[in-house]
Amino acid sequence: MTELITKIRGAEAVIKCLKEENTEYIFGYPGGAIMPIYDALYDYPEINHVLSRHEQGAIHAAQGYARASGKTGVVFATSGPGATNLITGIADAMIDSTPLVCITGQVASQLLGTDAFQEIDIISISMPVTKWNFQVTNAEEIPEVLAKAFYIASSGRPGPVLIDITKDAQFALADFTYEKCTKIRSYKPVPTVSTDAVNEAAALINAAKKPFLIFGQGIILSGAEQELKTLIEKTGIPAAWTILGLSALETAHPLNVGMLGMHGNYAPNVLTNECDLLIAVGMRFDDRVTGNLNSYAKQAKIVHFDIDPAEINKNVKADVAVLGDAKASLTMLIEAVDKNNHGEWLAKFRSLEAKEIEKVQQKDLYPGEGPISMAEVIRVVNEQTAGEAIVVTDVGQHQMVTCRYAKFKNTRSKITSGGLGTMGFCLPAALGAKLGAPDKTVVAVIGDGGFQMTIQELGTLFQTGANVKILILNNEFLGMVRQWQELFFEKRYSFTEMSNPNFVQIAKGYGISGKTVRERADLESAVTEMLQHPASYLLEVMVGKEDNVFPMVPTGASVSEVKLGPE
Amino acid sequence: MSKKTYTLSVFTENKVGLLNRITAMFTRQHINIDSIAASESEIDGIHRYTIVVTESEHAVEKLVKQIEKQVDVLKAFFHEEEETVYQEIALYKLPASITQELGFFEGLIRKHNIRIISIEKDFLVLEKTGHRKETQELLELLQPLGLLEFVRSGRVAITKPMATLESYLI
Ligand SMILES: Cc1ncc(C[n+]2csc(CCOP(=O)(O)OP(=O)(O)O)c2C)c(N)n1
Ligand SMILES: [Mg+2]
Repeated sequence: MTELITKIRGAEAVIKCLKEENTEYIFGYPGGAIMPIYDALYDYPEINHVLSRHEQGAIHAAQGYARASGKTGVVFATSGPGATNLITGIADAMIDSTPLVCITGQVASQLLGTDAFQEIDIISISMPVTKWNFQVTNAEEIPEVLAKAFYIASSGRPGPVLIDITKDAQFALADFTYEKCTKIRSYKPVPTVSTDAVNEAAALINAAKKPFLIFGQGIILSGAEQELKTLIEKTGIPAAWTILGLSALETAHPLNVGMLGMHGNYAPNVLTNECDLLIAVGMRFDDRVTGNLNSYAKQAKIVHFDIDPAEINKNVKADVAVLGDAKASLTMLIEAVDKNNHGEWLAKFRSLEAKEIEKVQQKDLYPGEGPISMAEVIRVVNEQTAGEAIVVTDVGQHQMVTCRYAKFKNTRSKITSGGLGTMGFCLPAALGAKLGAPDKTVVAVIGDGGFQMTIQELGTLFQTGANVKILILNNEFLGMVRQWQELFFEKRYSFTEMSNPNFVQIAKGYGISGKTVRERADLESAVTEMLQHPASYLLEVMVGKEDNVFPMVPTGASVSEVKLGPE
Repeated sequence: MSKKTYTLSVFTENKVGLLNRITAMFTRQHINIDSIAASESEIDGIHRYTIVVTESEHAVEKLVKQIEKQVDVLKAFFHEEEETVYQEIALYKLPASITQELGFFEGLIRKHNIRIISIEKDFLVLEKTGHRKETQELLELLQPLGLLEFVRSGRVAITKPMATLESYLI
């Protein structure tokens, strides 16, 4: 008898595991196959549950939460359509290395493989987009499997894990003891840094005349922001960021030379093909960063620091590869490099920057006349948030403009869907970010197109009462696609123009105040009103319909062929 | 880059669905699998896959890193032909009438080191182990003689240069 009393249902074991992992928030949506777990959750008011309006919204919110807080995001969904609705978010988390534990309900184990109601083989479907996944059919396995799930999701290069739990396993009674997982024999998440490799890298750095450091999200994931700063300050090396590395180094740092890649800054793109040493840290040489690989930094020696051995030599061959956690590697590197400065080389970045300011930025940021530009909206936000806000974006022109112009003082302040480029990411991710960093102002910069992909999450915002500033940059176009049509398809605007609803009115329906700005004269006060409003607020700014984002490295071109304008 | 034959040895935990996860890596990189064999290894609970591909070294290196990155994969190696000792097995089903040509049949068995593993009223089954080239030669020889069925296994291979598997398990 006493034995029976200590046994608990698998469903309750799931919740107890989450408690053991200090889960603050679950982002989810219930349904038949996960009902026992939801029922168990009912008795644990200390864990908050955010009810989204669509499972995609739940998972993007969990991503935003994870990226703002550095903790693992937790997602619940039911079997069948609930589980398949998670796939886009799982893929997004996979490619952007975001730690998530997704728990899906599954039909009872005796029904597996029978095409039962809402049965879907989510293990197979999610396999290529999960770091690990596992189907639990036995309640006894739950503590061990969930402990592994949290360990795998958050260790090494983080990523999404999916645990599918059959309904009978949720109902079954089992003993509960929880032990955190700290080791799996087949899994080596953090390679030990090789002193030899660090010394080789240091020797190249010490000898280089024109060294250039490029960094990605690896800095943020490993918490190596201070080490990065110390390293570049000691060596005087200019540093540029990938879109996911943004905010790891304050934008105003004198050695921060801007953004790399397709819509990055002029100087770092051009000078990639002029440096004599390229030091890549925690980044993966994505094609949007490198442009044409055949003419990418061919003149330079390459040093690549990464935690993931599969990234070494994947796209760009490294002369020296340093495997390991960025913080550990950079700590060792700082000791091994000479104090130096590269004033003349840095001046080269600044002089190319001046060219970009003159040709592009000045008229982007201060157009003075004509329609409002996206960039000037971001400038006004910068002026009023002083680089302290978390800025989340959706995908498109407004994303590139925001990444180019937003100013940041703190790490984990920029959240965007980089690798997958998932429209609809922003609104739910911003909600999650606010819950993950409640003391921060969170500004969600969204296009008119992407907003309508997850617009239903206004309901989640309404219900949670979270305070998110929604800034719609409305060009009445799927702007980024339109830009490509203009530049590469003879302006044949095939299905990119949008007839939009009244966004302010829709927000009102959800109890969210808002306003539309059409005139430049109203912009500053409207941004102030948005930021000072005590609750969520939607500000729609009508911007130039056919504005383009420049600079641009056209597909297939070399980074040094970056264009400052359409000609 | 020139393509060559490489033998991949993949050591994994024994988990449902893991083969799926591994073969998905080949699909993603658009690499065709020439042959595949799965079995236990010398260590209890650890499985080994032997997979043969014809690819450039760079592509294989990338592929193997992606495979090794999988949580339940202990270790993955790739080796060139010279670095492996390997064997395949082929079975040939032939009409019983072939034994009528007595001299020829005996010569065939001796020359190709064939084992007869089953004799039925209407047919017999021959077995030959060896490299693909050898089992292929025999196949081509038997085809005109009314070959009824043919099957060849995936390659199994032992690699020459390799630390013991245990040394990777710490
Ligand atoms: C889910 C999804 N579908 C399609 C695309 C392709 N796409 C990239 S940007 C873009 C246009 C986005 O339009 P909008 O949200 O209005 O932003 P804008 O570019 O106008 O700032 C599209 C359709 C995508 N990235 N994601
Ligand atoms: Mg738009």
